[in-house]
Amino acid sequence: MSGTPKLIHQARWNEPVVMEMGVKGRRGIVFPRPETDAAALVPAGMRRRQAPALPEMTEHDVLRHYLHLSQQVLGMMGVSLFGTCTMKYNPRVSEALGLRPQMAEIHPLQDDSTIQGLLEIVHRFDLILRELSGMDQFVFQAAGGADAAYTHTCVTRGYFAAKGELEQRNEIITSIQAHPCNPATAATAGFKVVTLMLEENGYPSIEALKAALSNRTAALMINNPDDMGVYNPQIVEWTKLVKQAGGLAFYDHANFNGVMGRIRARELGFDACMFMLHKTFGGPKGGGGPAVGAYGCSAELAPFLPKPIVVKDEATGLYRMDHDRPDSVGKVREFLGNLHIVMRAYVWARAMGGDGIKEAADLAVLANNYMEKKLLAIPGVARSNPEAKTWRMEMTRYGLGPLKEETGLGVVEVGNRMTDYGIDAPWLSHEPWVVPEPFTPEAGELWSKEDIDLWCDVLAKVCDEARSDPEMVRTAPHNAPIGRVDGEAPEDPARWATTWRAWQRKRAALAQQAAE
Amino acid sequence: MRRLGVIVNPIAGMGGRVGLKGTDGPAVLARARALGAEPVSGLRAARALAELQGVAVLAAPGAMGAEACAAAGLACETLDGVTMDAAGTRDAARAMAAAGVALILFAGGDGTARDVTGVVGTAVPVLGIPTGVKMQSAVFATSPAAAGRLAARVMAGEARFREAEVMDLDEEALRQGRVSPRLHGVALVPEERVLMQAGKAGAVVTDEAALEALARRIAGEMGRGRLYILGCGTTMRRVKRAIGFDGTLMGVDVALDGRLLAADVSEAQLLRLTETTPATVILGVSGGQGFLLGRGNQQVSAAVLRQVGRANLVVVAGAMKLAALDPACLHVDTGDAAMDAELTGYIAVRTAPDRSAMIRIAA
Repeated sequence: MSGTPKLIHQARWNEPVVMEMGVKGRRGIVFPRPETDAAALVPAGMRRRQAPALPEMTEHDVLRHYLHLSQQVLGMMGVSLFGTCTMKYNPRVSEALGLRPQMAEIHPLQDDSTIQGLLEIVHRFDLILRELSGMDQFVFQAAGGADAAYTHTCVTRGYFAAKGELEQRNEIITSIQAHPCNPATAATAGFKVVTLMLEENGYPSIEALKAALSNRTAALMINNPDDMGVYNPQIVEWTKLVKQAGGLAFYDHANFNGVMGRIRARELGFDACMFMLHKTFGGPKGGGGPAVGAYGCSAELAPFLPKPIVVKDEATGLYRMDHDRPDSVGKVREFLGNLHIVMRAYVWARAMGGDGIKEAADLAVLANNYMEKKLLAIPGVARSNPEAKTWRMEMTRYGLGPLKEETGLGVVEVGNRMTDYGIDAPWLSHEPWVVPEPFTPEAGELWSKEDIDLWCDVLAKVCDEARSDPEMVRTAPHNAPIGRVDGEAPEDPARWATTWRAWQRKRAALAQQAAE
Repeated sequence: MRRLGVIVNPIAGMGGRVGLKGTDGPAVLARARALGAEPVSGLRAARALAELQGVAVLAAPGAMGAEACAAAGLACETLDGVTMDAAGTRDAARAMAAAGVALILFAGGDGTARDVTGVVGTAVPVLGIPTGVKMQSAVFATSPAAAGRLAARVMAGEARFREAEVMDLDEEALRQGRVSPRLHGVALVPEERVLMQAGKAGAVVTDEAALEALARRIAGEMGRGRLYILGCGTTMRRVKRAIGFDGTLMGVDVALDGRLLAADVSEAQLLRLTETTPATVILGVSGGQGFLLGRGNQQVSAAVLRQVGRANLVVVAGAMKLAALDPACLHVDTGDAAMDAELTGYIAVRTAPDRSAMIRIAA
């Protein structure tokens, strides 16, 4: 692949949504009529009064429709440096394994003796994560990073309740650029949230932490680096101070990719951490699909973990689920969590090996710093925390503030235009937006030098276009299946709809309003 | 037909290049002219107006609007009988409000903003083209072109509006090296909306809902028999309204047992009230500079704070406002070095119910 930006053209099928495509009486499969009265097999109280309003279609119609939808993806299938997401290739071998009956057809209530292979994967992967973090036990119930952060707030609550200190220790400290799930889950679990601001170096000062710590402190929840890419070199002193104040230190390892195999959370003084298996460990992600936030902690916190825990009986060599955990906080999700993602992460980790994981971290940091040189050479691009002089880790927050000042076109318009070149629009930033017109690309270890060059060249090209032909950029995308999305609709309760039924109801209401 | 009102303060910004801090008052303007200052405001206004082709305009006459419109190639109707001074600016704003314009786009600095909003209040939306020397107010766009583009959205009926604080500096103090912003009122301004990506992020987060909830929480927490000294600004107005009274936007009010005890109090009154009764001081953060004490709330003096005790100082501000502070710190200037030193350090600013942010206070 060359680094020259080329315009692409995507499919545009202009099809209605599938709910509007049915034709009465049309079927995918015609079943023989049952010999007995099938309805009588369902208790009267559980029978539907009306048949569900599903579109009546042939199998072929359905397949064709979804194939068409899969072609209308706004550059997602091109080069996607979607930052904070650590976009990785999902090896086909794992997909093939996931389709095998031993993964696809097991039931969560099967006896332990019938799923020994799967439990062995869970246990072995637990050991791998212990090795990478220094923690003593992992659980995989949490269905994502935020769920794992929530697990930590539950464990924190359980730990201090057992010590009789929960009434007093009701504060959790985090930073303004920690992932928003940290303050959110702390609040959900009933803690007060104390936020530290970033100072000149790109991370909060140790004095701010000292001022925030007290005998009310339950925990510190923090990323390092955060999405700015600046690694806080004082982190060991931080965890020491938290410990001295009697609190727990939680490492949100959402940004693990740049430090994999190079640091261990426990050795930095953390009591617990979480990894996102659906990003850092090569599992598929996106679309709100299944994910896993692997939560690990010290032996001191382990009794409070959600149950069951998969354990190995060293005498028999057999694996089982340990439900007999009286101090457990209970469950954060059903059963053992999304184990097919754990399986994929295990495959990834075994394929990479310890040295491979370290090398991947180094490549991710190298790729980001290579990209930074190219991006900062583009007029209109600024870097977050310009005073922070240290090298950035695996990603950096940038901003198109200067371009916006000059042309009136910001990161949303530029991102839209990038999709005309087959480039996925960049991830902007988590809140709060302390950098104007922010964007946060992340190359990771996956993308080739040619891919990174292409991405940077497309951005440079679009910045040029913003000056030479601003109207064209303002109205982009032009070669994509849909134009610009109305960004205000999701903020208007009268217009948003997450179900077909809600959409019908709200459309009818708006039509009536218009008629009146 | 929707019309746009245009007012240009032709002398705004003249003090900047020649090292004066502004052009408030005829004597300073004369000095600026003597130092060779050239008018800049009209040129910058024309840059903004160039973004508004096809819009119906009602402009102040001559250098106060019509000339900038002509320079931008924009036809306009012109007001009569407007003098070229601050009183003329106020007359023009009044006439435009009466004519029912959709927006008053004015070119100037804080002084001009005060003149325009002092007349129209929040009855007519306003937007500032930044051409002055001092621009503390949140009524200005970031550049002339940005002002023009935002005004175009208003004229197309696409903008939302929010309340913004009108600030001004004391120019004489500024020439003596003191930054002294003061709140002068509230204006209605179009909001520069940042459209977020759908999907990974939720809706745009603003401070509004959090501050509204916090105001109610604070009102609910207030103990009986305790004085609550409430500072100035829009954030504190939320607290005052949550207690149950409007209070004084630009003054310090005192509440007791859920009622307004004294409005717009002086330092002497505060000293007398707090002599025998326990009190809590609740303050907002002013403008972009992050001033906590000593700017527009001098009533809450070092003596008052000493009597009340630092432990009884509560600060309230939106998380987004704090995140926008650069550098991330608050300032105090009570005029009492010992008190300023005592206040220096970190304080937990309340940003929402059960949420606070640790901010450094610098003297």
